[in-house]
Amino acid sequence: MLGLDKGDHVTLTMDEAHPVSLLDTGVQGVIGKPLSRVDGPDKVSGAATYAAEYALDDLAYGVLVGAAIGKGRVVSIDAAAAKAMPGVIDVVTDFDTFIRVSQQGGETEAPTQGVRDIEYFGEIIAIVVAETFEAARDAAERLPVEYERGDGVFAFSMDDARDGDLPTNIVPARTEQGDIDQAMRDAAVSVDVTYTTPSQNSAAMEPHASIATWEGDSLTLYGAYQMPTSDAQQLAESLGIAADKVRIIAHFIGGGFGSKLGIAPESVAAAVAAKRLGRPVKAVMMRQQVFDATVRRSNTSQRMRLAARADGTLIGIGHETTASNLSTEDFFEPAGISTHFLYAGDNRLVSHDLVRLNWLLSGSMRAPGEAVGLLGLECAVDELAMALDIDPIELRRINEPARDPEKDVDFSSRALMPALDTGAKRFGWEQRPVRPGTRREGEWLIGMGVAAAARANMLMETSAKVAIHPDGSVTVSSAMTDIGTGSYTILTQVAAEMLGVPMDRITMELGDTNDVPAAGSGGSWGACSSGSAIYLACEALRGKLARAMDVAEAALTLKDGRAIGDNRSTPIGDLVGDGIEAIGTIKPGEQEELFTQASYGAHFAEVAVNRVTGETRVRRMLGVFAAGRILNEKTARSQCLGGMTFGIGAALTEDLIHDTRTGKLVNRDLAEYHVPVNADVPQLEVVFLPERDIHANPIHAKGIGELGICGAGAAIANAIYNATAIRVRGFPITLDKLIAALPAV
Amino acid sequence: MKFTINGRSYEAEADIRTSVLDLLREHVGLTGSKKGCDHGQCGACTVLINGRRVNSCLTLAVMHQDDEITTIEGLGTPDDLHPLQAAFVAHDGYQCGYCTPGQICSAVGMLDEAKKGWPSHVSADLEHSDLSDAEISERMSGNICRCAAYPNIVDAIREVAGRAPAGRDVAGADA
Amino acid sequence: MKTFTYEKATSAEAAVADTAATTRFIAGGTNLLDLMKLQVETPEKLVDISRLPLAEIEDMDDGGLRIGALVPNSDLAADSRVIERYEVLSRALLAGASGQLRNKATTGGNLLQRTRCYYFYDTSTPCNKRERGTGCSAIGGFNRILAVLGTSDQCIATHPSDMAVAMRALDATIVTLKHDGDKRRLSIHDFYRLPGDTPDIETVLEPGELITHVELPAPPQGARQLYSKVRDRASYAFALVSVAGVVAVEDGKIASAALAFGGLGPMPWRDAAVEAALVGKVPSDDGFAAAADALLKGAQGFGSNDFKIPLARRTLIACLRDLTGE
Repeated sequence: MLGLDKGDHVTLTMDEAHPVSLLDTGVQGVIGKPLSRVDGPDKVSGAATYAAEYALDDLAYGVLVGAAIGKGRVVSIDAAAAKAMPGVIDVVTDFDTFIRVSQQGGETEAPTQGVRDIEYFGEIIAIVVAETFEAARDAAERLPVEYERGDGVFAFSMDDARDGDLPTNIVPARTEQGDIDQAMRDAAVSVDVTYTTPSQNSAAMEPHASIATWEGDSLTLYGAYQMPTSDAQQLAESLGIAADKVRIIAHFIGGGFGSKLGIAPESVAAAVAAKRLGRPVKAVMMRQQVFDATVRRSNTSQRMRLAARADGTLIGIGHETTASNLSTEDFFEPAGISTHFLYAGDNRLVSHDLVRLNWLLSGSMRAPGEAVGLLGLECAVDELAMALDIDPIELRRINEPARDPEKDVDFSSRALMPALDTGAKRFGWEQRPVRPGTRREGEWLIGMGVAAAARANMLMETSAKVAIHPDGSVTVSSAMTDIGTGSYTILTQVAAEMLGVPMDRITMELGDTNDVPAAGSGGSWGACSSGSAIYLACEALRGKLARAMDVAEAALTLKDGRAIGDNRSTPIGDLVGDGIEAIGTIKPGEQEELFTQASYGAHFAEVAVNRVTGETRVRRMLGVFAAGRILNEKTARSQCLGGMTFGIGAALTEDLIHDTRTGKLVNRDLAEYHVPVNADVPQLEVVFLPERDIHANPIHAKGIGELGICGAGAAIANAIYNATAIRVRGFPITLDKLIAALPAV
Repeated sequence: MKFTINGRSYEAEADIRTSVLDLLREHVGLTGSKKGCDHGQCGACTVLINGRRVNSCLTLAVMHQDDEITTIEGLGTPDDLHPLQAAFVAHDGYQCGYCTPGQICSAVGMLDEAKKGWPSHVSADLEHSDLSDAEISERMSGNICRCAAYPNIVDAIREVAGRAPAGRDVAGADA
Repeated sequence: MKTFTYEKATSAEAAVADTAATTRFIAGGTNLLDLMKLQVETPEKLVDISRLPLAEIEDMDDGGLRIGALVPNSDLAADSRVIERYEVLSRALLAGASGQLRNKATTGGNLLQRTRCYYFYDTSTPCNKRERGTGCSAIGGFNRILAVLGTSDQCIATHPSDMAVAMRALDATIVTLKHDGDKRRLSIHDFYRLPGDTPDIETVLEPGELITHVELPAPPQGARQLYSKVRDRASYAFALVSVAGVVAVEDGKIASAALAFGGLGPMPWRDAAVEAALVGKVPSDDGFAAAADALLKGAQGFGSNDFKIPLARRTLIACLRDLTGE
């Protein structure tokens, strides 16, 4: 904005609102448009190169070895036996350096290291390196390892002791306001129920993969990572080398959904092996190892308490979550994150705690917090609506807060009720069976459900460099990533709109830590953070162009590669000499504290439940979302489709099971961990409500990548209740949980 | 071992245990076919062998030396896309792109199966099934997309199926 | 995957020459390679039978069909004669796996699929089927997808096939070529073995014995056929419970009934008592309930699979209504 330094490096800290965005006055006409992905032709023709696909000379193949016990200690590894096998080069381990768990996203330290001690089944203890993948796999599978078994805790029990006082994870572990117990006693109608959600796996289609190659004391890692800047720091810390000695390249990433936020065990194993062998090493996790040894979304047990007056006014909300993690890790699933601000009510308790288990690390998976927290909250609200005999949408209207109900601040923007009302009309909400279990079509029971969507908005410190070349073309570079979210495309749109340059004249260089640092992709902050950084760099370049053309910046129009002003029109390449460039950096600021920032929406689902078998099919689903400016309607819609489908999986099928005797994952492949297939997903409808959020960032957009999952599963669960009059409080709602209560055949 | 891939001849010195998928990715340099699970549980590795869609991870290279293997690279290039590839771009039938080559190869094979009149699990009449959305979804259910572009994938395939009779043979007859 | 020697069979006779326990035939390979990658199967030699001339479907004189062991599942499902005469088989095949897998998986291989028991697939856990005498991890473990009928204290695995369930309802005959050149004709009812103390031995096939054909007798006149599969996803998932039914009603009474079940037992399950409860009777809910009682009389759940017992009952009753209703 005016008054900021127009030098080569522009930084904006979001301490104040940013009421005017140049994207609204751009005339290139690409921002927001449903443009096809710029990287699309490469992706559909197999030309996009993912981490494991770099053909390096002298590459050796590494296959990881996971511990075959759930708790204890490695006594010895018989490397000689493996090395005697044809093609095997070496068995590499380093009991001190290998990382025991993946790191959480955005951390700059190494994760917990040391793999002599086994804390969970499948912990990566060694890497077998061979001339071929086939030889490495065979030797890894047969590697003799001697263990000393310890006593682990392998079953989640609410009877187990908990920490009681955990460090903040996005939200504080516990906040309290008023007296929820008293509110429950005072309530005319109340709900006090416990919902449980299982462990889940992100199950990105690309398994975690790293190719490590050293040049002297410098490491280059081709890795499938969402946040290369901090991942490189984690990797350097793990290896005990300087951060500037690590370069991560991640041009294409085959999905992440949180599982690739921080470095995973294959990265350090590949790096250590490559160093020791003096040649590049590729380590790709087996799908079973992705399940065993990366990261899971924690299971949760959520006690929901809602206290209401007879007219539906909430006087108390309690959301007490117990999740699980390893004893060394403090990440807790922040399930109460949106309970803080979604509904009014004076007496509030939102708390989180952990049961300590010898299960795989728990961490962030798509919408950590809301994705499972809204299953509890939005189903409980549905239960309250039934108890009050008030329409669930009307109940939400009654409890719509004017300001943040816990902090003395306004919402930056909030379109929950418009989303619910728009959706209700479009979905035909008035046609739903008001009495549950009353609509039948042949063997199928039909029901409709609704749930609110909310996702806290985040901005992360991120930079981008933008260069205009003498031929008028533009290069944007940053250590940002595109994990399928559309970054290549939407960021090109931002630059094109800001500089008035056709899309095909812009080269978007992402996924390389040699470029300026970025927060990467996660927490739905990617588009807003990187988009804002590019905005700032382009704004600086606009100033330079204006000066070069000798017109006032406000009088400058940029379109189709030309600068227009003062009745003159010049190709921008002619204004840049040998080329100009600028770096933009966005930083979060006081606006985060001064306003509660979130994106909102509403989910509607119609399900059919087979009255004989209990099988549930989602027939229709509608999501209405308001997330600030939509940068590309097509890719944003796809993000929402993906989130809604994660909601289908969470509601109906996904359930990561640990054997409570050994801690071993039972269903550790894609045949038995059931992510939705095409036939599980009907044609989903997505509607965006127009919105701008001037408190969020200069581009007025908010995160969209996770909003689609938030509440989606709850709408399905509520629809199942509406169809069957059966309230299942343990997710996923598989048929076995329904048939006992279904009518006799 | 000798192979015919996308109409070209290749020779590779490979371990007897090498799958067609690993042959493509590690020996021939055709990395368009993806490894998502290596156990036939995701479909990312789908290629066409003699025109039929199969999971290339679950078959040995040594068994396919006399066959015609067609991969995503053989269907089209970024500058000259196959109609299904173009439709996937137009309809955003992907996000991260990792399952996409498998989806497209699968769709090519699937449309050929449909043209031959093969029924599916959701066909009410096994002798006459038209390619409804439900049919496309069922027939494409061997290709998992965790980004969940399923509705867009169905849109893309429906569009190509609709114009197939008049346009280019999408069944991959050259496969 | 352990390494192996590879041999391409030039004839069925040549294929059966090797009777070593460590030799396996490979055709579609969709299950064998899956298991070899995990070292659940560790053959020392693979005999490639995929190019043998056993991929034809032929009419038999009695109105039945003779199906080559190498006919892919997808071709079998789409064969017009199968659709016309054995809809239950076509439906069962189409309910299984995915289009890609059906294109590769063969008729013979499908009959010999190994269980999908989680513990069988995981070499770090004991499993009597994988290695006799090591114990059964599924008993006392997580056993949601496992068997409630025909189990032993050594094994509670299920047979995962859909196709074989339909074939059991159709009274298929499995034709084999033995090592000594003799041909055997085995009723599918005698083909599979209960686990007992030897869950690693699943069929009566002898070492080197090759399935060459499956023969289906002519279907009963006027019978209605149905395959109903209950599963956790809408597609691409194994059966929790499935029912293959071939039932004829004449003059208001059930004239014949053949009912086979998937997801319940260690083999495609068929129980004469179920059919005896139906045949000769006027279709009625009481009769259907009696059939379900007969099916599930000895059923035993192991915790997380208890639900299969009521699920099987409900599914069978609904299927019988469909098979006998107006």
